[in-house]
Amino acid sequence: MNTTLLSMTGIDKSFLGVQVLDGIDLTVEAGEVHALVGENGAGKSTLMKILAGVHEADAGTIELDGKPVAFTHPLQAQQAGVSTVFQEFNLLPDRTVAENVYLGREPRRRGAVDTRRMIVDTESLLADLGVEGLSARRRVRSLSIAQQQIVEIVKAMSYDARVISMDEPTAALAGREVALLYDLVERLKQRGVAVLYVSHRLKEIFDLCDRVTVLKDGKLAATGATADITPDELVRSMVGRPMSSFFPDKLPATTVGDVRLAIHGGGNDQLDSIDLTVHAGEIVGLAGLQGSGRTEIAHALFGVAPFTRGTVEVDGRPVRLRSPRQAVRNGLALVTEDRKTEGLALNQSIGANARMALDAVRPGASRARARRIPQTLSSLELVSRGLNQEVRFLSGGNQQKVVLTKWLVTEPGVMVMDEPTRGIDVGAKHAVYTLMRELAAAGMAILLISSELTEVIGMADRLVVMRDGRIGGRLRAGELAPDTGEAEVMALATGSTATEEAP
Amino acid sequence: MSNTSRLRAVTDRLFSGSATVFVLLALIVVALTVLNPSFLSPGPLMLFVKKAAPLILLAIGQYFVIVSGEFDLSVGSLVGAQVVIAALLIDGVESATWPVMLVMFAGGAIVGVVNGLATTILKVPSIITTLGTMLVLYGAIRWLTGGAPTGALSEQFRQLGRHGIDNVPLIGQVPWALIIVIVAGVAAVFLMRSAWGRTLITIGDNERAATFAGARVWQVKTTAFVLSSLMATAAGILIGGYAGVTAQVGQGLEFTAITAVVLGGVVLGGGRGWVVAAMAGALTVETLFRLFNQLSLPSTIRPTAQGLIIIAAVAYAAVDRARRQRTPRHSDVATS
Repeated sequence: MNTTLLSMTGIDKSFLGVQVLDGIDLTVEAGEVHALVGENGAGKSTLMKILAGVHEADAGTIELDGKPVAFTHPLQAQQAGVSTVFQEFNLLPDRTVAENVYLGREPRRRGAVDTRRMIVDTESLLADLGVEGLSARRRVRSLSIAQQQIVEIVKAMSYDARVISMDEPTAALAGREVALLYDLVERLKQRGVAVLYVSHRLKEIFDLCDRVTVLKDGKLAATGATADITPDELVRSMVGRPMSSFFPDKLPATTVGDVRLAIHGGGNDQLDSIDLTVHAGEIVGLAGLQGSGRTEIAHALFGVAPFTRGTVEVDGRPVRLRSPRQAVRNGLALVTEDRKTEGLALNQSIGANARMALDAVRPGASRARARRIPQTLSSLELVSRGLNQEVRFLSGGNQQKVVLTKWLVTEPGVMVMDEPTRGIDVGAKHAVYTLMRELAAAGMAILLISSELTEVIGMADRLVVMRDGRIGGRLRAGELAPDTGEAEVMALATGSTATEEAP
Repeated sequence: MSNTSRLRAVTDRLFSGSATVFVLLALIVVALTVLNPSFLSPGPLMLFVKKAAPLILLAIGQYFVIVSGEFDLSVGSLVGAQVVIAALLIDGVESATWPVMLVMFAGGAIVGVVNGLATTILKVPSIITTLGTMLVLYGAIRWLTGGAPTGALSEQFRQLGRHGIDNVPLIGQVPWALIIVIVAGVAAVFLMRSAWGRTLITIGDNERAATFAGARVWQVKTTAFVLSSLMATAAGILIGGYAGVTAQVGQGLEFTAITAVVLGGVVLGGGRGWVVAAMAGALTVETLFRLFNQLSLPSTIRPTAQGLIIIAAVAYAAVDRARRQRTPRHSDVATS
């Protein structure tokens, strides 16, 4: 199947004089899954958008099936058989799956929308892709994120898409849902569809993709078969840094001290019998599937959905945490899962966001501590035009650095980090990991919640695996073998092994 | 913050959403001066300041509420109620002036607390809450006056709206109203630079993020409503002094105040805007009305003009923001 379906040659693009893409060549064959990787700002999204007709290239040609094409509008791309599934879905929540798939080109019969045919057609598309348990009649609002993504892919297929590009399709998915996506991509491949797969996650690239193209600073850094490249080499071509330093080692000065956070028998309508301690200098990883109670523990600690049973102690003192304010006053900090809606005021400046927690909770001490903001931001290597820049103009990684600064200046004793590296580039991830090691060495207790198993295993001293609102098992990270560790954690998370309570 | 970055903060503000209002204000003042060259001479100018001061105070109060993402429709009726009640209580007795003013501020604060708590604790949308208090106060005025207010304001009370410090070189008289507006304006600027002010804007921008950061949203927002009511009370004292007591005092002022704030580039829905620009918005509305007078247009044109201004200002802000968001900057490119 060495038939080149799509080829992009010599693509240039600049915005306001800044060269974002510089002579990019990319070919994708029919029935191939082609990974497009690179740090944030490397130009992946811009390249995708040029392919999707959102942006126009300044120079270069795009050929589909050997015929040159030029898309000036997303609709043209779609009709030519090039569909894109962006991270933010374009679905109408109050319409059904079928209505979304055929939005704007509903089959008609005597002038009226032929609902029955629309549903039959959608169901057959779903069946073709081997999707089960998703009715074409359901409203999109009631679907999980993974199911909504399927609807987007089905929509692409309904245009007879021959090339589908996906932007970080697994960013919002839990382990089980990722497996579903794998199956789906496999089926697309069998049907001869070319899939352009943009992802930060190395595992997916090697599991799923046949070839990989690496962009770095708008230039083509490498391209080749995934079989011919090792993860280490891939990371190095992306960031110019080997993988071994990806998860920084524990700092020598780190000592495990007293218990800083202890939950005894905590529970509410979503959680039950939670016993959890985090010591000073320790990073405890909280793993589990989406909805297993990971984020719920963070919310219970932070008083958003408080514990109704059990006790919580911070630094040995029993505390009542009924509101985020009480949590902050007791020395807790929560890096929320959703940065944009829960962590930042996007229209405000970097400075205002960095002071947000100080202003809200300790206005008296605000001034002295706020003086440390510029220093903290620069130690996190924030890239910005200055403290007055609005945070919405920052990249995801830089936004996360502002969130971290917001909490660091409150000098918390316990830091709960819910998906701290979601959607941020490799360089920023590394900065977050380094920071966590430094904080642990300084005696902070860190609870790390993550759906990326490599991350929890790589960073945590101990692992607590959640299952259905309870603790499914505990593991010591040091005892996990690198290759089977993830499987062990998944087994506990899904309940496929008997619960083992490690010390 | 260094001085240069401070300067930059000010210029950023001037050239963002609020630049338009200063340009507009300058244009109208030029037009007025051309039509009536004496407008900028001290006497007429100070007279104009007395007339414009209440709306500026209302705009400051309304700014606090709007920037937090809410509305305060009750201020017009509150001004009316305050004036009518003051006349009733003072009834021409000089010695009653200051105690009654204290009562007025206390009453204003209570209205603010009710507006704030109903909005934040009972979760009634503020546009409905304050519409409710607006009607309650409006009804109270009609019930108390029966259409014709009784009692009278004292001479001391009227001092603040009408008079000032006399025999000042060059200017002649510096009205109390001007001093009150300057004090209120400076206080508002400092308040917005305090932790409370920053939290207020953050809440207007993203209430959830502010809550997660530990902000007491109900308290911060209720304070904004109280400040708005206190500003309305102060405006009432000036209006009562300047224009006297009628049952119609204050009618429609809430919309004029919202027009002023919106004209100042403050975004409805919260999170954006500068209090100084809101004050300039109030000044612009007053100069515009003055221009209408100068052109001998009927005063009935005012509501029409206000309506058009509100729509035009909000539309302009929306288009402007959309344009800004589409234009990639250097720093945006890094995110793509």
